[in-house]
Amino acid sequence: MGTPDARGRFGDFGGRFVPEALMPACLELEEAFISAWSDPAFVAQYRQTLADFVGRPTPVTPLPRLSQKLGVRLFAKREDLAHTGSHKINNVVGQTLLTQRMGKTRIIAETGAGQHGVATATGAARLGLACTVFMGEVDTVRQELNVFRMELLGARVVPVTSGSRTLKDAVNEAMREWVTCVADTHYCIGSVMGPHPFPWMVREFQTVIGMEAASQMKDLGAGTPDVVVACVGGGSNAAGVFAGFANTDARLIGVEAAGGAAIGIGSPGVLHGMRSMILQDEFGQIEEAHSISAGLDYPGIGPEHAHLASTQRAEYYAVGDDEVLDALSLLSENEGIIPALETAHALAWITREVGSRVPVGATILLNLSGRGDKDVAQVRSLLRGEL
Amino acid sequence: MKTLESALRALRASGRTALVPYLMAGATPDWARHVEAAALGGADAIEIGIPFSDPMMDGVVIQEAGLRALAAGTTFESIGRQLETVDVGVPLIAMTYYNIFLHHGLERSAGRLRDFGISGAIVPDLSLEESAEWTAACSDTDVATVFLVAPSTPSSRVEAVAGLSEGFVYASARMAVTGASREVGEGDAVVRRVRAKSDLPVYVGIGVSTPEQAAATARVSDGVIVGSALARVVLSGEGAHGVETFVRRFRDAIDQSATA
Repeated sequence: MGTPDARGRFGDFGGRFVPEALMPACLELEEAFISAWSDPAFVAQYRQTLADFVGRPTPVTPLPRLSQKLGVRLFAKREDLAHTGSHKINNVVGQTLLTQRMGKTRIIAETGAGQHGVATATGAARLGLACTVFMGEVDTVRQELNVFRMELLGARVVPVTSGSRTLKDAVNEAMREWVTCVADTHYCIGSVMGPHPFPWMVREFQTVIGMEAASQMKDLGAGTPDVVVACVGGGSNAAGVFAGFANTDARLIGVEAAGGAAIGIGSPGVLHGMRSMILQDEFGQIEEAHSISAGLDYPGIGPEHAHLASTQRAEYYAVGDDEVLDALSLLSENEGIIPALETAHALAWITREVGSRVPVGATILLNLSGRGDKDVAQVRSLLRGEL
Repeated sequence: MKTLESALRALRASGRTALVPYLMAGATPDWARHVEAAALGGADAIEIGIPFSDPMMDGVVIQEAGLRALAAGTTFESIGRQLETVDVGVPLIAMTYYNIFLHHGLERSAGRLRDFGISGAIVPDLSLEESAEWTAACSDTDVATVFLVAPSTPSSRVEAVAGLSEGFVYASARMAVTGASREVGEGDAVVRRVRAKSDLPVYVGIGVSTPEQAAATARVSDGVIVGSALARVVLSGEGAHGVETFVRRFRDAIDQSATA
């Protein structure tokens, strides 16, 4: 993983494509992050919060029954066991502490499935920050319980009725809101996307996943895995786990939803403040992503992933909705872990590719980015053929 | 000096405060007639919105205009074909988001704008820091790029942003996306900060929605930009006559404020 250049670019990707009204805030944030991240007191506070609030380190769990079935050595990094049920909280802890350090009193966020929204509402409640979460109207219906969770945590949830009423529109709306309140409000972006310094900063706050996993794999006697696999929407859990293995021989695999495969079927473009790979039509209009999982329903991808794809340090593949449901059942029945639909994409790729892109006998680390509790109602309907 | 800038400098020298209405291309089937109507009503330049699916800097009214335009199949090239039928005698300035130009190719986009009779471009998500490739693509083409200065822009940045701007500097009156507002905003303060660093004409936009606000803005700036309030007239179906009437009311208010 690299450090972006002075313009905030990873190779050709990244940058800061934002209205002038927001540029001063992006510059201020970059400065604040660099200062905080090199301040031992801030880093200690971040680590302490991850330990006694989030419950880190999360374990690496060997998956023996599934390993035997597939003919590989499969391990899972258990981000599903982090407080609020996914890796999203790692980033939120970092950004909420930074918000406080910058003297801002309010935080806004976008959310798709609701995981980042719940994490942000949680982090804001812990530090006494006011919190507003923008969520596509379509997603507020799909993830009704998460809306209530955020409200229980004291956040205000604003249904977004513009555009396609999903995650990309929630980002647009959060950006529009940020323009009006940037003096006292921080925009807590939930993935390795948006204008510099967000892609870099969010990855740094997620790097704990990969660092822990690398040492845990050694402790388990498994050494460096041959393959590290993670699902990718914006790509924060993947960036976090890749960071622990980028300097090893491990192959890094990002798995996109077939209907939102920015690397697979996108092209270079500018959206939400960054130059990256984007789903767009022949006229340069952004296309809507379509996925069984709201968290991967995003037409772009973090710029560092676009860079890792172009340099071929990481590989990106897509899986379809049907494969995902099979993988979710497989992990649930064989290992007693119900994964999030997003996470199930990564496992679906593994089950499909063993004996093909992955040799039999390989040691594989799956980043189990989130738990499936939020998805059980939807999965029930899908398995019964009701959706 | 590019054509747009010499025209707008000459306008200022003549003592006239510029009125720049915004019209979203394709929002209605007869939008090209609206461009003519705006000129008849007294516009000194006209912003032509090129619709983009994800307009980060626009409020609900211009979003709606853009959605209607896209739903009607409006594209960069279809706008050009319609503009071929328009000859209004005042400069046309494109307003769109960077991905549209990037996707069509920067040099090709700049060349096509010229072909369409457009002499300037406002690209609100193209920051000073990211602008080098675009301005290079326009360097051999007579398309001026207009940059925005916001109330949040520190004085240390104003010089750089204004220094890069061509034609005029777009002073944002409010910390907000486009949309009508009851508040007058901070346009006068932004104009003063720009004038301290630049001799370009300074036009104020974002939230100017009534003739009274336009008159007040005219007293402290070189030009007034009106977008959402006019888009509302267009979306309500008042047609070319409605556009002309609207623009003339603003023109009269600005002219009266100049002689008051």
